[in-house]
Amino acid sequence: MSEPTRSAPILAAEDVHVEFEARRGGGRARAVDGVNLDIAPGEIVALVGESGCGKTTLARTLLGLEKPTSGRVLHRGTPLAYTSKALKAFRRDVQLVLQDPSGSLNPRHTVYDAVAEGLRIHGDVPNERERVADALSRAGLRPPERFFLRFPHELSGGQRQRVVIAGALVLDPNVIVADEPVASLDASVRGEILALMLRLRDELGLAALVVTHDLGLAWNIADRVAVMYLGRIVETGPVEKILTAPEHPYTQALLSVLPDAPGSPVVLQGEPPDPTRIPSGCRFHLRCPVLASGAAAAAGVDGACRGADLGVLAGGTATQVACHYALAVTDPAAAARP
Amino acid sequence: MALLEVEDLTVTYRTAGGDVPAVRGVSFALEASQKLGLAGESGCGKSTMALALLRLLPGTARFTGEIRFNGEDILTMPWGRLRAVRWAGASIVFQGAMHSLNAVQRIGAQIAEPIRLHSKATDAEVRRKTGELLEQVGLPARRADAYPHELSGGQRQRVMIAMALACDPQLIVADEPTTALDVMIQAQILTLIESLVAEQGISLLMISHDLSVLADTCDRLAVMYAGRIVEEGPAAAVFGAARHPYGEALAAAFPRIGDPASRRRPQGLAGDPPDPADLPSGCAFHPRCAVRLEHCDAVDPSLWPAGAGERRGARVRVLPDEGLSLVAKESA
Ligand SMILES: Nc1ncnc2c1ncn2[C@@H]1O[C@H](COP(=O)(O)OP(=O)(O)OP(=O)(O)O)[C@@H](O)[C@H]1O
Ligand SMILES: Nc1ncnc2c1ncn2[C@@H]1O[C@H](COP(=O)(O)OP(=O)(O)OP(=O)(O)O)[C@@H](O)[C@H]1O
Ligand code: SF4
Ligand SMILES: [Mg+2]
Ligand SMILES: [Mg+2]
Repeated sequence: MSEPTRSAPILAAEDVHVEFEARRGGGRARAVDGVNLDIAPGEIVALVGESGCGKTTLARTLLGLEKPTSGRVLHRGTPLAYTSKALKAFRRDVQLVLQDPSGSLNPRHTVYDAVAEGLRIHGDVPNERERVADALSRAGLRPPERFFLRFPHELSGGQRQRVVIAGALVLDPNVIVADEPVASLDASVRGEILALMLRLRDELGLAALVVTHDLGLAWNIADRVAVMYLGRIVETGPVEKILTAPEHPYTQALLSVLPDAPGSPVVLQGEPPDPTRIPSGCRFHLRCPVLASGAAAAAGVDGACRGADLGVLAGGTATQVACHYALAVTDPAAAARP
Repeated sequence: MALLEVEDLTVTYRTAGGDVPAVRGVSFALEASQKLGLAGESGCGKSTMALALLRLLPGTARFTGEIRFNGEDILTMPWGRLRAVRWAGASIVFQGAMHSLNAVQRIGAQIAEPIRLHSKATDAEVRRKTGELLEQVGLPARRADAYPHELSGGQRQRVMIAMALACDPQLIVADEPTTALDVMIQAQILTLIESLVAEQGISLLMISHDLSVLADTCDRLAVMYAGRIVEEGPAAAVFGAARHPYGEALAAAFPRIGDPASRRRPQGLAGDPPDPADLPSGCAFHPRCAVRLEHCDAVDPSLWPAGAGERRGARVRVLPDEGLSLVAKESA
């Protein structure tokens, strides 16, 4: 394994687009509509955004479970090959963690079998018992032997989530992609699982992409956050910056509705937008409070809001925002460019 | 007299594996137009308590205690009277109910059904009322023709709230009304509930395992652990400075964005939730308690007054500002 360096991402999306065929009556869904995203070794990146904005689709694409319509996924700098052999090798390094309540544990498999499954798929049968035990204890189920023969229904919600994580750890991956790993867990159990993910990063250098609509989770464990809206990342940067001084009106709205947020909540009306009908101009403009309040017009960007696409944000670790108004306020020269 | 008074309620499920004491002596009162939040981890008995309030428990459940609604005991009232209370007095938005809407019936018909059953309204009146209810929860009246699968999760939850409002209740019990919805939809539903409750002077009992959501919406909070209320008081006080170590852990588990103390420091609560069929001795929380005292595994503390604002806490330890001399009473 090469030494972690911040410059070389271990996993990256390069201008990834994922489209789905029309469902009855509708047009094609541009679920992921141009995304650059880098994950460095040992880095925890949170991908946040409303239901339906494309988080799971992007995560599945990064895992090779979905093939991009255009653009590519890079693993240690090499484009993913979509043959079953190449994908199998890839998955030893990049593992998926799903939320257990979504049924990722088979109710008829013991904890031991659930964790050993990954090893068996990859033909790693020697030391199976030892490696299963090791994965379970790393996931905080100690002593592991006590859990070997239990079935999912004999475990608490937090313990089940730990088994799912152990199943991902057993192959010694360097990256995990976790889709809503704690969404339906109690606050107290949630904290334990997040602490575990932080510890795995600190002790094993495990990188993670965590998909969530919980901004508090990002504050708790992530280094960087990417805010997704209708198929694109609209704001990204270090957690401290994006969550305490967000510049995109969408990020601002998401933060404002959290229960103990200061100021009055900006509750966006209407349903999550539809990827078969992405508005022209800024994709957020139909719901944007800055445009609605006239602030965008006062800054002279309302025309751009309605008509000028913002392009795809670059990858890397820099702070970036896709908003005409934010750009005009912080960098008037950039906004003046057509 | 409070609108709802619960006194020493116990509920025990009989199962093949033995008795499960899901609610073990719960007492509280809810005043008219008041909003009470009930928090606690999965399995602590929140839904069981909610179901008991309207005597909706399964046949395997045994209960004792009193539940007075407008002074009348729900647990002993005759069936006809109970029906009237369920119709016009109190309604429940069940946990996960948005998934249990009838898939092959239009939502308008589902909202209309109880109105049709319980009132002598004409078809036109029922239709008008249904439309009004949908508008009240922020859905256009024409959506009455939609089937559940044509609605998003947030919209279905609005339909559930419309159904709860159908009979102009005095009390709404909402069991996890926003769990599993994303933050923006959750905010929409919470603002909706808050404004409906405020406009119509309805009392609200809201159940959630998210203390922060409850603290934001409700006047008072009760924290439940292993079938008991272990802490109760004004929402801000309980959320901001809990008296019970479990309440404290729950409040601390909520990340405060911007607070350096919770940055890269997720707070959990070690240990597993207790098995209701095999509870620890003494205070049921003692095996997980970070500040337990010598006697905590022997003394089972009851709720004592715990400070201003009619706070109550069930703990062996006494804080200096609780101003009580009740320790003696417990050990007597
Ligand atoms: N296989 C598919 N066929 C057609 N459309 C799809 C498919 N998978 C996802 N979509 C659509 O793509 C969009 C993005 O879905 P995705 O599941 O990625 O969102 P998400 O951000 O993960 O949402 P959630 O928070 O609800 O999980 C949605 O509009 C969804 O309906
Ligand atoms: N019908 C039943 N028969 C037997 N036991 C039951 C039944 N319903 C609930 N229980 C048990 O009673 C206890 C309390 O369950 P309850 O559903 O009231 O918890 P809760 O606090 O609402 O949890 P959650 O947050 O997961 O909804 C649990 O141990 C549960 O397993
Ligand atoms: S570009 Fe304009 S419409 Fe889009 S978020 Fe910024 S201000 Fe709002
Ligand atoms: Mg998803
Ligand atoms: Mg429940």
